[in-house]
Amino acid sequence: MNAPDNKLKKVAYYPGCALEGTGHAYNRSTKALGSALGLELEEVKNWNCCGAMEVKNIDPKIQTYLSSRVLNIAANEMKHDVVMAPCNGCYHNLKKAEYDLAHDQGSRDVVAKLSGKAGHQTYEPGKIETIHALDWIKRAVGEEGLKQRVAKSLSGLKVANYYGCMYTRPRHIFPEKDQGAGSESTSKPHFMDDLLAAAGAENVDFALKTACCGGAHTLSDSDTSTKLVVNIIRAAEAAGADVIATECPTCHSGLEMHQIRAEKNFGVKTKAKVVYFTQLLGLALGLSARKVGLHENVSDSLGFLKARGLG
Amino acid sequence: MRKIAEIEAEIEASPGRAGRFVALAEEVLEIWLEAHERAATRETCEGSRLLALHRQGARGDPSFNACRETCRELVYRENLLASPGEHPDKAGASEAMRALALHLAYFVGGKLENAKLGEFCCSSRPLRVN
Repeated sequence: MNAPDNKLKKVAYYPGCALEGTGHAYNRSTKALGSALGLELEEVKNWNCCGAMEVKNIDPKIQTYLSSRVLNIAANEMKHDVVMAPCNGCYHNLKKAEYDLAHDQGSRDVVAKLSGKAGHQTYEPGKIETIHALDWIKRAVGEEGLKQRVAKSLSGLKVANYYGCMYTRPRHIFPEKDQGAGSESTSKPHFMDDLLAAAGAENVDFALKTACCGGAHTLSDSDTSTKLVVNIIRAAEAAGADVIATECPTCHSGLEMHQIRAEKNFGVKTKAKVVYFTQLLGLALGLSARKVGLHENVSDSLGFLKARGLG
Repeated sequence: MRKIAEIEAEIEASPGRAGRFVALAEEVLEIWLEAHERAATRETCEGSRLLALHRQGARGDPSFNACRETCRELVYRENLLASPGEHPDKAGASEAMRALALHLAYFVGGKLENAKLGEFCCSSRPLRVN
């Protein structure tokens, strides 16, 4: 087990658009968890959208520019070495921009041109490290650190950890993964499992932990998204889970909303609770349900968790 | 050629039939190719026809690979079950394959019903570049 990485005690924080909207509970619980663990977040000043799906589907180099602007502010203006993005989409896009700028002259040219037009410094690859909220807690605190701080164990909670598709794909933009002991795996990610186990949860393995939730199609093709979500929830329930832990606002909202939609429109009822991993860890540290934003979730897990002495 | 809904129904009704799931996933991708007026390959990729069909359906290098990973997960478990000896993943492999095959069928089926949404999402082409 690695020693806590002190470099991560204070990092630049890039919440991204979703965490100001449907994923606000993730924003709230990430900040509350960090604070309870003695970690500091400094929000990236005047940040913009990472380019997400919509921009990327029009022109991927515009997405690279938008993400590079965020990286530039965090690295060159705020002088951070590390930027943490809890949203899988933002995390993925910052990593992709980093990769494209390091490997593709065309991307470098577009970013230099647009940065000049916008009147800011051009981001040079390698100036800052992008990490996910899972990396942050795992590396800054670690399982041992968490165990020492647990006030209310998650013991008895059977959790399926759902990572979604963007946390590990495509593999080439995550060179730090698959590096042996201590590193994250792209085929079988385990950081969320490790952290929740340290807080006392019983993890269950299920095949769809990195499957697509249909998040990108949730408005244009809702029925397909509903089917994909039901398949994920059923697989988790078949593995014995009563909670699905999430680490992406798009996946989380998709699971919550399509769980309800499946019941309303198709009469398909599932009962697993959908909770952010940051909410579960916060509860384990003794934070209140309100402090971790359980009231902001769409699905109601409050009674279920309270009955287990959490929140 | 069957409809994807029929394949979905067969997958849903086939718990424990691990040997059938890769063939059903191949059938899903054959339907995709047929709908795009392309003859499904009989070739294999890394020893698997399913992976070859995905590569054919995705046209070139997919940028994202969610469906490819679903196919690879299926093939991994097929190989695992065919290999001798104990392995912790063997116990739940059949149920996992059912869920994976269903996921592929749902996704590709959805794409076929909504043609304007493009190819597999992992290989959709940016408008400006094409």
